Amino acid sequence: MPEANVVLHNPEQAGTSREQDLIARVQRGQNELFYELVQPYERRVFAAALAILRNKTDAEDAAQEAMLKAFANIRQFRAEARFSTWLIQITVNEALMRRRREKTIVMEGIDDRRDEESDYAPRDFADWREIPSEALERKEVRQKLADALATLDRKYREVFVLRDMEQLNIQETAEALGISVASVKTRLLRARLMLRDLLAAGWEQGWFSRLPFEKGNKPW
Amino acid sequence: MVNRDAVNCEQVYREISNYLEGDVDPALRSAMDQHFRTCKRCSSVLEGTRNVIRLYGDERMIEVPAGFGRRLEKRLAQNVRTAGSRWSVWSTWLVPVAALALFVGGLRFANSLTITPSLKSEHAQPGDGIPPEMLVVVTADAKIFHVAGCDFIHNKNTERTLTAKQAMQEGYVPCLRCMRQYLHTAAGHAALGTEADADGDSQGEEDAHISAR
Repeated sequence: MPEANVVLHNPEQAGTSREQDLIARVQRGQNELFYELVQPYERRVFAAALAILRNKTDAEDAAQEAMLKAFANIRQFRAEARFSTWLIQITVNEALMRRRREKTIVMEGIDDRRDEESDYAPRDFADWREIPSEALERKEVRQKLADALATLDRKYREVFVLRDMEQLNIQETAEALGISVASVKTRLLRARLMLRDLLAAGWEQGWFSRLPFEKGNKPW
Repeated sequence: MVNRDAVNCEQVYREISNYLEGDVDPALRSAMDQHFRTCKRCSSVLEGTRNVIRLYGDERMIEVPAGFGRRLEKRLAQNVRTAGSRWSVWSTWLVPVAALALFVGGLRFANSLTITPSLKSEHAQPGDGIPPEMLVVVTADAKIFHVAGCDFIHNKNTERTLTAKQAMQEGYVPCLRCMRQYLHTAAGHAALGTEADADGDSQGEEDAHISAR
């Protein structure tokens, strides 16, 4: 597609058109454009692999391997699917396969013994104080959020990452993980409530006490 | 079952995630909205959960190790280039090689129809006038083919049925007993009168054929 036709005042549309153009060109054999095509998603691909494998080195290797598989199968990609979703699903498959290969049973998380179907009552932190998005500029805030996520049991963390961080929809999340839609909903509920509890507890424990926004203009 | 007119806190917790997904029916949504207006605890949970989704959904929450992009680009470049060059190399010699393979394969196939196959036993004779489509039996580790039911078939549990033509192409030789009529030295065969052949034992088979010459 000619570059001149890209609608510059609509970046989202332009990005989509640009992506479709890149996909078509790679499918026709312009292999050198593949990195340009996947580069916008490399962070999300890594995060998806990390949610399943937990180890950064393994996740990076799985992410790279997934990208190579995507390249090898690019001609099978159909335009009706979202390219980002397709990439992430390949990544999840790759990561799950690696985990099965390693045959490691990881006993982890704060909630492993709970039956996922049982009711979950949030802790009573009525004075929830919203963490503003601006706080994410600070590395220590991001680290605290990442730490809280890492404490979740694997089955909750995977669903949460795919739905709320990778922005797959419920159906896509279920398909990627090979579980039912009902399980996705149940685990998502639990994951969200547990994270909410953990972050509220973080306030109680002074996680964010050194942050400058707490001293002056509190946005909550 | 959720009472659509009034929901309690427990029911709200159970549906709060679906509520945020927009995945509850209008009656339940209305009941939950009503509940949130009057229950500080549930509205706090709602706001907290909404905040969690917003924070973790932020692009900044995804951090990759330093140099991740560069390493990915490098690995892709290596493999993508390899894939490209591999194909270009293949495409230049694959066609002539395939043509040559077809030619050689064709020659071998044509020859197999006309030339005498190499026999499994150098002392054997191939027989004469054996109907090519006649079904015969061979067994593992033996060099002889038989008419089914021949008394001199050994290792019967490994029997394999094929046509005489196939058997000869594979180098099998006719059994001196059951295939006698197709061998030139019928007189010699009569003189054999022993169980020396037809058992797949190479020494016995060799002796038998030497005698038959």
